[in-house]
Amino acid sequence: MIPAVDISSYVTLSALLFLIGVAGVVLRRNPLVMLMGIELMLNASNLALVAFSRAWGNNVGQIFAFIVIIVAAAEAAIGLAIIVVLFNRSERVDVDDVTLLKG
Amino acid sequence: MILFWLLAVLLVGTALAVIMAPKPVYSVVALLGHFVALAIVYLSLSAEFIAVTQILVYSGAILVLFLFVIALLSSGNGGITLGPDRLPKIPTPALIALALTLIAIAYGGAHAVRQMLPVAGGGGALPVGAAGAFGSVADFGATLFTVQLLPFELTALLLMVAIIGVVVLAGDHEALTANDPRSLAGLRRLEREAILREGEPLR
Repeated sequence: MIPAVDISSYVTLSALLFLIGVAGVVLRRNPLVMLMGIELMLNASNLALVAFSRAWGNNVGQIFAFIVIIVAAAEAAIGLAIIVVLFNRSERVDVDDVTLLKG
Repeated sequence: MILFWLLAVLLVGTALAVIMAPKPVYSVVALLGHFVALAIVYLSLSAEFIAVTQILVYSGAILVLFLFVIALLSSGNGGITLGPDRLPKIPTPALIALALTLIAIAYGGAHAVRQMLPVAGGGGALPVGAAGAFGSVADFGATLFTVQLLPFELTALLLMVAIIGVVVLAGDHEALTANDPRSLAGLRRLEREAILREGEPLR
C-alpha cells in the first residue's frame, strides 16, 4: 500500500511537465523535437486527468485520458507524415521556412 | 510517497532531456523513460488500463514511429541540417516568471479543490487489480461501453480520417498518376522518355 500523496502535488507536477513541453515546442526548431514537446504536453494533461479521476473516485477522467491517447496517436501519425513530406521537399528543414499555407 | 517523488524527479529530468537533447534519437530515448515513469505513476493512481495503454500505444507505437522517421530521414542524405534554436531571442526571466506563476496557480487551485474531494487527501492507491475495484479493467470497460460509448465510437472516425490523411500526405503520387499525361508526374515521365529518345529535353 502506497501512502497518500496530495492531489496538488500531482497537479503541480502536471503543470511543470506541461510547461517543459511548451518550452520544447517554442524554443526548438527541429520539427521532430517539437512534436515530442506536444506529446509531453498531452501526457501532462493526462496526468492531471487521471489524478483528478482518482481523487473524485470517478473513472470518466480515465476515459478522457484514454481518448487523449488515441488523439495523440493520430496526431503523431499525421505530424510525422508532414515532416517526411517536408524533408523530401528540401534537405534543410526549418519550421520558420515552411510558409506554404501562409497565403 | 517516496515512489511519487522519485518518479516526479525522473519525469521532470527525462522531459528536460527530451527538449534539450542535441540529437532527436536521444530525445526519443528520454521520451521512452518518460512514458514508462508516467505509466508507473498511473499505476499508483490505480489507473491500470491507462498505464497499460500508455506503454502499448506510446512506447510501442508512437515512439517506434518516431524512430522509423528519424532512421528514414537521416539514412539517405547524411544527417539533418537545421537552423539555430530560438532560445537567445526570447527574454528568459519573463518566461520563468510566467512559468512559476502558472505552477503556483495549479498548486493553489488543486489545494482549494482538495477540500471538496470525496476521497481524503485525494491520493493513494487502492489494491491494484482487484475485480470491480475503481480503475480496474472491468470498471473502466463498463463505463467506456455504456455511458461513454459515443466518444469511443467517434474515435474510430478520427482514426479513419488520420489514416486517410497520412496516405494522402505521404503516399506515392508519382506512381498513382504516372500514366496520366495531364498530371505533373505524367509530364515528367514524357520528358524523361523524350530525353532518352533525343538526348535533350523538349521545350
